[in-house]
Amino acid sequence: MTSATEQAADPSTVDESLVSVHDLKVHFPIKRGVILDRTVGYVYAVDGVDLSIRRGETYGLVGESGCGKTTFGRALLRLVEPTSGRAVFDGTDLSTLRGESLRLMRRRMQMVFQDPMSSLDPRQSVESILVEGMRAHGLDEGTESTGKRLRELLSAVGLASTSLRKYPHEFSGGQRQRIGIARALAVKPDLIVADEPVSALDVSVQAQVVNLLEDLQQEFGLTYLVIAHDLAVVRHISDRIGVMYLGGMVEEADSDDLYAEPLHPYTRALLSAIPVPDPEIEDRRERILLAGDLPSPANPPTGCRFHTRCPWRQAERCDTERPVLREILPGHKAACHYAEEIREGRILPHEVRAEVIATDLSSDIEISTPASVTEIV
Amino acid sequence: MALLEVRDLTVVFQRRGEQPFTAVDGVSFDVEPGQTVGLVGESGCGKSVTSLAIMGLLPKRGATVTGSVKFEDTDLLRLSGNQMRDRRGRDLGMVFQDPLSSLNPVITIGVQVAEVLERHQGMSRKKALTEAAGLLDKVGIPDPNRRISEYPHQLSGGMRQRALIAMALACKPRLLIADEPTTALDVTIQAQILSLLKGLVQDTGTALIMITHDLGVVAGLCDEVNVLYGGRVVERAERHELFAEPRHPYTHGLLASIPRLDAPRGERLMPITGSVSDNIPWDSACAFAPRCPNALDVCREVTPEQEWRGSRLLRCHNPVQPAAAETEEASV
Repeated sequence: MTSATEQAADPSTVDESLVSVHDLKVHFPIKRGVILDRTVGYVYAVDGVDLSIRRGETYGLVGESGCGKTTFGRALLRLVEPTSGRAVFDGTDLSTLRGESLRLMRRRMQMVFQDPMSSLDPRQSVESILVEGMRAHGLDEGTESTGKRLRELLSAVGLASTSLRKYPHEFSGGQRQRIGIARALAVKPDLIVADEPVSALDVSVQAQVVNLLEDLQQEFGLTYLVIAHDLAVVRHISDRIGVMYLGGMVEEADSDDLYAEPLHPYTRALLSAIPVPDPEIEDRRERILLAGDLPSPANPPTGCRFHTRCPWRQAERCDTERPVLREILPGHKAACHYAEEIREGRILPHEVRAEVIATDLSSDIEISTPASVTEIV
Repeated sequence: MALLEVRDLTVVFQRRGEQPFTAVDGVSFDVEPGQTVGLVGESGCGKSVTSLAIMGLLPKRGATVTGSVKFEDTDLLRLSGNQMRDRRGRDLGMVFQDPLSSLNPVITIGVQVAEVLERHQGMSRKKALTEAAGLLDKVGIPDPNRRISEYPHQLSGGMRQRALIAMALACKPRLLIADEPTTALDVTIQAQILSLLKGLVQDTGTALIMITHDLGVVAGLCDEVNVLYGGRVVERAERHELFAEPRHPYTHGLLASIPRLDAPRGERLMPITGSVSDNIPWDSACAFAPRCPNALDVCREVTPEQEWRGSRLLRCHNPVQPAAAETEEASV
């Protein structure tokens, strides 16, 4: 176990970043067939993402549904097996870990899930939920110290110590999410991956959980990867933000820079689409309305993934060559061939007609279902 | 004269062996022709039940609806099932939150849209289908002639919501109720649907009741906004007025707790403490009192009544003072 930990240590990345991911890909096979499974295609959920998260920072990952942000978070923690690519956590290449060494590593990276009801076992008391992880990682050192630790955890997340004997259904949504956060904290992790931590909560309760996450980071020096579709929430808590579209990273910047000057056409459209609770601003705003829907990740467009909906699309290059994420301003990267020209206003947006997008997989992939069982055997 | 007058609408749910639950408690509001009215609140505030009661879609057994809903001098609550069916789809249209579960999965989109025209305008199936294709085109569905013969699962979420809007607007209703029409959609699709709704309402002069939890959506769309809490309207004002100077502590708290895209970073959010489950009943106190930063003793003892403060309706003993007044007091 130790040999695996040491051999993969990469001295250049150890100090600054806690997590660095290189060219991570997760492709899910699409299977057809009655007796023999044939793979007829792939869903390119995450298709080559590079990312690094510094110690103690909050990295926000945003994108619309189907862009691969959740799969990325899961692949980072090896909850789904990446197809290729490398994820280095604190100097250790996670892809080299197996079995027990991976299990031990999991203590240091925890997850907070979206739906606080379905991610807590309804038959476990809060105490049992919190102790389970501690026990699995040998942090349960006798009744007295564990009891003290549990009370600390509950007060850290703002729950009464009487909660220990209660069950998840006795709590409101916001309180359940606090239990989920306490469970992640119980094993003293370095990294917490929070997948849509507030989107299932009511507006007035969201702010409580957002503030709690910020306080805990200060107190315990945590590093966060916050995955969410709500750019306003992500911008509020993140130091840096990555925007994903259809399995790829399209823009990455400090959260203020991203808002002040979005460079990628998709980010511009996304920012302009978010409603602001202020009628004065809403009346003056110019919206960039994107035509059409997200293309199917099983059959992504060639070239730039966004070219089918991009109001700034140029002939040829956008359709054929996939742009790489490159630094356009200091610390501000975008994956667009014409980012500079668009920024300087040399390319102006034009009308895009919505293309017909089939959501049915069968129309993307030319296959016919077998006429009989014997045909495929 | 108002197109729709809702007066003292009260919905009580009663299940056998359980305490009756008042979901909507004396809600009154008007909708003028062509006006867009917002009903805003968190889950459980009664906004959806209000819309279902107006449309007569609540179950006869188990739900008691009282008050009156006057639509052009007819009280919708007194109509029989058949009379109401004639109205729904013709005079009143409705768009629901989840487009997939509101569409029939085994009937093509075209037939579902055409059905409305056949029922209310007596068109033949053939003519109605041609009309349906036109409607789909109007709501921005590309290639409508092909789409009419497709099933709901073949359409994306945004397209399904467009199809639903086409159905609701097929007979040019005078009132459209949209219940969280964009909540299930992505932001870029949400922007498309909202601008579509806005355009259609402006072109056809249809009045719109917009039900949502998202204050951002309301800010850009509604003329007048009703904020609901615990089944009652706690504040009503014209949107510019409401957002510039929220007076009810709940409205004020909601606006302060939303992370805003344009707010300077690092600013801390001001959450409302507790959750909806802390509510106390309205009949002897203010339901919001346990969560309210402005609560006085009187708030826990006397039910606040609706009062007009200028052009604004407010239900609060101790409202948030407008910023201008505060500075005046400070200078004194």
